[in-house]
Amino acid sequence: MVSLALCILTALAVQHPTARVLVWGGDAEGGAPFVEADPADPSQVRGFDVEVADRIACGLGRTTRFVQVQWSSIDQSVERGDFALGLSGVEDTPARRARHAATLPYFEFREVLAVRPEEAARIHGLIDLRGRRVATLGATIAYDLLMRARDSTGLIPVSYDDDVHPYGDLVTGRVDAVLLDHIIAQRALRRRGGSGFVILAPPVAVGHYVGVLARADSALRDSVDAVLREAMRDGSLEQIFRRWSVWDPTQGVLFDGVLRSNMTARSPGTAPVVQAIAYLPSLARAAAVTALVSVLSMMLAVLVGLALASGRLYGSGWLRALTTVYIEVIRGTPLLLQLFVIYYGLAGVVRLPAFLAAILGLGLNYAAYEAEIYRGALLAVPRAQLEAGRTLGLSEGQILRLVRGPQALRYALAPMTNDFVALLKDSALVSVITVVELTKQTAIYATNVGSWIVPGALCAVVYLAMSLPLARLARRLEHRWGARAP
Amino acid sequence: MGRARTVSALLVIDRLRVRFDSRDVLRALSLEVAAGELVALMAPSGAGKTTALRAVAALQPFDEGRIVVDGFALVPGPVPPEARLVPLRRRVGLVFQGHALFEHLSALDNITLALRHVLGKSREDADAVAERLLDSLEVGARASAWPRQLSGGEAQRVAIARALAPDPALLLMDEPTAALDPPRRTALGNTLRRLCEQGRGLLVATHDAEFARAHADRVLTLGT
Repeated sequence: MVSLALCILTALAVQHPTARVLVWGGDAEGGAPFVEADPADPSQVRGFDVEVADRIACGLGRTTRFVQVQWSSIDQSVERGDFALGLSGVEDTPARRARHAATLPYFEFREVLAVRPEEAARIHGLIDLRGRRVATLGATIAYDLLMRARDSTGLIPVSYDDDVHPYGDLVTGRVDAVLLDHIIAQRALRRRGGSGFVILAPPVAVGHYVGVLARADSALRDSVDAVLREAMRDGSLEQIFRRWSVWDPTQGVLFDGVLRSNMTARSPGTAPVVQAIAYLPSLARAAAVTALVSVLSMMLAVLVGLALASGRLYGSGWLRALTTVYIEVIRGTPLLLQLFVIYYGLAGVVRLPAFLAAILGLGLNYAAYEAEIYRGALLAVPRAQLEAGRTLGLSEGQILRLVRGPQALRYALAPMTNDFVALLKDSALVSVITVVELTKQTAIYATNVGSWIVPGALCAVVYLAMSLPLARLARRLEHRWGARAP
Repeated sequence: MGRARTVSALLVIDRLRVRFDSRDVLRALSLEVAAGELVALMAPSGAGKTTALRAVAALQPFDEGRIVVDGFALVPGPVPPEARLVPLRRRVGLVFQGHALFEHLSALDNITLALRHVLGKSREDADAVAERLLDSLEVGARASAWPRQLSGGEAQRVAIARALAPDPALLLMDEPTAALDPPRRTALGNTLRRLCEQGRGLLVATHDAEFARAHADRVLTLGT
C-alpha cells in the first residue's frame, strides 16, 4: 500500500507532458475479482487487474484510463491501437506470445473441475467424464484442454460466451461438469452461497495471466515487465492479490521463479500453418453443425410459416388475430432475445437441449417471415384460377393443396431462397446458447491464433460454399417452373 | 328435333337482379335453356353477360330473382358454402373467357384434376376419360403440353374438355370466340352443336352476332 501511494505521488510529480496516461483495456463484464464495475460508482472499475494496471502505470510514471473491450477481442483491439495494454485474466498461450508482445506472467491460475455434489465421489478428472457434457468459456486454454480430451476420453465440450451460465447449467443438470480457472469457480461458488456444486481439488492444468501489448510495442512491454518484477520484489503485487483474496502460496513460487530466471515465454510457439491444420477438423464439424441447424430450422420455418399463412388467410377472426400477433411480435423483437428466452428463460419450465433450442428459436423466428412470404404468394395467384377450381367442385382445402399452393410456390421461391441464405448466416447467433457452429468455431480459432485473416477467410469460403449452390438451385427451379407459366 | 325447343328446362333464370354498389348490372333477366339447346346471350361488353353466367355458376351473389339448374335452386343473398353447392357443381360446367387453365398442370392433368379429386376416379380411369375428351375435341395430341404452349384455339378446347370432365348437363361459355379467326369460329360452332346433340344445354355469352346467328337455337339480347 505504501509503495503504491509512493508510486502515485511519483507519477503526479513526474507529470510527463506527453504519454502520461496508460490506456488499458479489459472486460468489466467478466466481473470480479478481475475487473468489474464499482458498485459504489458504476462509472469506475475495480478488481485486482485494475490495481495491477494502476501499479504498472504508476511504475511507468503514468496515470490510467480504462477502455471496456469484449474479453475475446482484447488481442485484436490492442493490435488495432484501441489501448496500449490488455489485462483481464488474459491467458499466457504460445499463440499470444507469437502474435503479440506479452508481459511476463504475474498470476498463476489452476484449471479446476466443478461437478454436482452427488457426483464428486465418482469424478476425479476428465477421464471420468466420458460421454458427459463439460462446459467452459470458448477460446480459452480450458476449451483447448477439453477439445483434446474429447478425442482421448470421449467427453463432450460445451462452449459458453460467458463464465456465469456454465455454473447455472451445471446446477440445473444441463451440463455435467465445468472446467474453468479456480478464481472463476470460487467466485461462482460464493455467489451460490457455497452450495449447488463442488470444486475438485486437484487441478487439471496450470496456467498464467499476462498483460498483452501490440507486437510493435515490445519496448513498452519490457518497461511493463520491469515494473512487474519490481512489484513482485517490493510486495505490492502480493498486497493487491491479498486484498482481493486470490493470494496463495503458488503465487510466491511463481514470483520467485520469475525473479530468479528472468522468465518470459513459458511455451514454444506453434507455426501458424500447423495451427490452421489442427483447426480444420473442428471447422468441418462446426460447418456441419451450421448446415444441420440451418436445414432443420428452415424446415420448421416452412411448416409453421405455412400454418400461419393459412391461418391468416382462411382462419376465423380470432385465429387471424392470433397469427397476426405472433408474426408481429416475432418480427418486432430481436432473434437474440428469443434465443435467450427459449434457452434460459424457459429453463424453469422445460429444459431444452441447446441444439433443439437453437432449431426452435431460429425456426419459429423465420416462420414469421415465411408466413408473410406465403401469404403474399397465395394472394398473388389469379382469382380465375381459384374460381376454375370451385366450378369443378374442388373443396377450399383441395384448391389450396392442388391449385393455389403449387402456384404460390413459384412466387415464393426467390424470397424463400433469400431467407434461407439469411438464416444460414443468422445461425451464427445460436452460439450464445452454447451451440458451437461455424462462426463461433472461427472466433475461437482466431482468438487462439491471434489473427482473423486466415480463420476469417476459411470461414467465408465455407459459408459461400453452402450459400452459392442454394442460389443456383433456386434459379434453376425458377427457370424450370417458369417455363410452365404464361 | 335439331334446333327445336324442348319442354324440359335445364336452366331457369327468373327476374335476376344483380347490383354492384347500388348500380344495377342486371335487372329482371329471365331466360330458360332446355336440354339439347344452345342459347346465345348477346350484349355489348359490360352489359352483364359474364355476371349472369357467374351467378348461375354460384361464383357471384345476386339480389333478386331465382336461378334453378336441373332442379337445384339458388336464391338471393350470399353465395352458399361450397359444401352445399356439390349438386350444382355436378350439373354446371363453366368455360372462362381466357380459359383459366391451371398453369402448373399439363393439358391432361387439367382435365383429370376433378375426375380424380372430386369424382374419386383412379389415375388410369381419369387419364382414359381425359384422353377420350381431348380426342373428341381434336386436341388429343396436345395432352402433355403445358397451357402456355397451347395456341388460343387449343387452350379453349382443353378448357371445354376440363369443364366437360365431370359430365355436367349444362355448359356455360363466356365469350368463346374472342380470340378465334373465322375458320376456327366455325369449327367451334360445330363442336358446340355436337355437345347439344349429346343432350347438353349450352348458354353462351357472346358479343359475336354472326356466330350467335349461325350456331345458336335462340339468341337473347341484353341491355337493349
